[in-house]
Amino acid sequence: MVERFLAAVRGIGHRVVDAVWRMGYAARFFVATLFHSGASFRRFHLTIKEIYFSGVLSLIIILVSGLFVGMVLGLQGYETLQKYGSESALGTLVALSLVRELGPVLAALLFASRAGSAITAEIGLMKATEQLSAMEMMAVDPIARVVAPRFWGGVISMPLLAALFSAIGVFGGYLVGVVLIGVDEGQFWSQMQAAVDFREDIVNGVIKSVVFGIAVTAIALFEGYDAPPTAEGVSHATTRTVVTSSLAVLALDFVLTAFMFRGV
Amino acid sequence: MASENLIEIRDVNFTYDVRPVLKGINMTIPRGKVVAIMGLSGCGKTTLLRLIGAQILPTSGQVVVDGQVTSELDSEGVYALRRRMGMLFQFGALFTDMTVFDNVAFQMREHTDLPESIIRDLVMMKLHAVGLHAVWNMRPAELSGGMARRVALARAIALDPMLIMYDEPFTGLDPLAMSVIGNLVRRLNDALGATSIIVTHDVQESLQIVDYIYFMADGVVIAQGTPEEIRNSDTPFVHQFVHGEIDGPMAFHYPAPPYSADLGLEAGHG
Repeated sequence: MVERFLAAVRGIGHRVVDAVWRMGYAARFFVATLFHSGASFRRFHLTIKEIYFSGVLSLIIILVSGLFVGMVLGLQGYETLQKYGSESALGTLVALSLVRELGPVLAALLFASRAGSAITAEIGLMKATEQLSAMEMMAVDPIARVVAPRFWGGVISMPLLAALFSAIGVFGGYLVGVVLIGVDEGQFWSQMQAAVDFREDIVNGVIKSVVFGIAVTAIALFEGYDAPPTAEGVSHATTRTVVTSSLAVLALDFVLTAFMFRGV
Repeated sequence: MASENLIEIRDVNFTYDVRPVLKGINMTIPRGKVVAIMGLSGCGKTTLLRLIGAQILPTSGQVVVDGQVTSELDSEGVYALRRRMGMLFQFGALFTDMTVFDNVAFQMREHTDLPESIIRDLVMMKLHAVGLHAVWNMRPAELSGGMARRVALARAIALDPMLIMYDEPFTGLDPLAMSVIGNLVRRLNDALGATSIIVTHDVQESLQIVDYIYFMADGVVIAQGTPEEIRNSDTPFVHQFVHGEIDGPMAFHYPAPPYSADLGLEAGHG
């Protein structure tokens, strides 16, 4: 009985130590990535290639999702606002929802599942097929050559994707609200223009998407780099990337929102 | 200044976690020679290559490469040393997101400021040396196993290294591809004036091309000599290994249930 209890305690202890160790390893990996980022900017074509893979290739899913989210916002917003006779505020509602919250958060979630999973799988397989070892033996640091350009590619792509998501979402809201339902076009745009503040709303939204970009890309890179070099290991790592980065985005969103919009 | 031996391994022990992998290894690899390190899987051969490439450091003892003790080098020193080494990995480890050309050009672009026109000529020369300049614009996925291995060899010699290491270069190849690789190993070593180390368990192919052989088992060197000495060796282990005999001292090294031990076939072909 006592031994069973001790074994259970030891098991918990092992897991806690492992988790803490892994967090420390992840932190060291993140610092090393930042430290070895010089080449990503000196040889910017490496980063541009990654912006293409993470950013440009994610465009379709981001644009289509943004359009539909905006259209749904238009429909739902109109339903509620017209009860109070304030359907002219539809533009404000759509724009603020997208710029402050839905744009950065949904774009980051989509980015995690489209680009984050691809980054993890690619790096995990490079490790499994000894490509990273081969690079080390050729006196080329894989963190500087493989990891850092992907990191900056993701960090640069994310705010651009979020901005596009919001823009096309506003257009979706306009399509449903103005074109389909018939809300006054002048009021739709002018109220939006009056209510959306550049510093309070747009800049804060951009800050959010930069933070999400850092979190998602860093998690994806670390999971790939740390994946056991087997088919099963890479598949688990890919799943973990999507789950962990989605949770991180939602948790970070709460923290950032709490700091940014305190009802002032 | 340059000593006769490119590599000296002195009393090296290496422990992985708590398991000793190498126990008191002493080896010398003379310049200009092709040396094979043979033994069963898991006897510490690949670990030895990683020690020479300074990817890992010995638990005790010294690995001296071209007069430099690997455990005394900082990371810049290690990278400077590796620039003068080439390594062929077991399955090639070609970069799958690049063409054959870009794979071979990789080190030249990373470590030199050569203009593209010269890089192009050099890459074509290296590919020609392995007989594959025709496939320069293919992707690694389009190549057969033997061709991928040859492209990886062209990449390993891209910067004319002083040392070329081969990790199981014959694994998974048909007999023809095997002898092509074997011949290339010898020819390239002599043409480049390099030194080569082949880690392998393919006895017959290696005996034809190497100058010297170390036999390892359970983390220690149990026999060494020229191919002629090895062929005529009466050390039971070596005799069994070279002639692929089913029964012999090998089974002794596998503390396993009787049935598995009886499958000592691995000794010959594994």
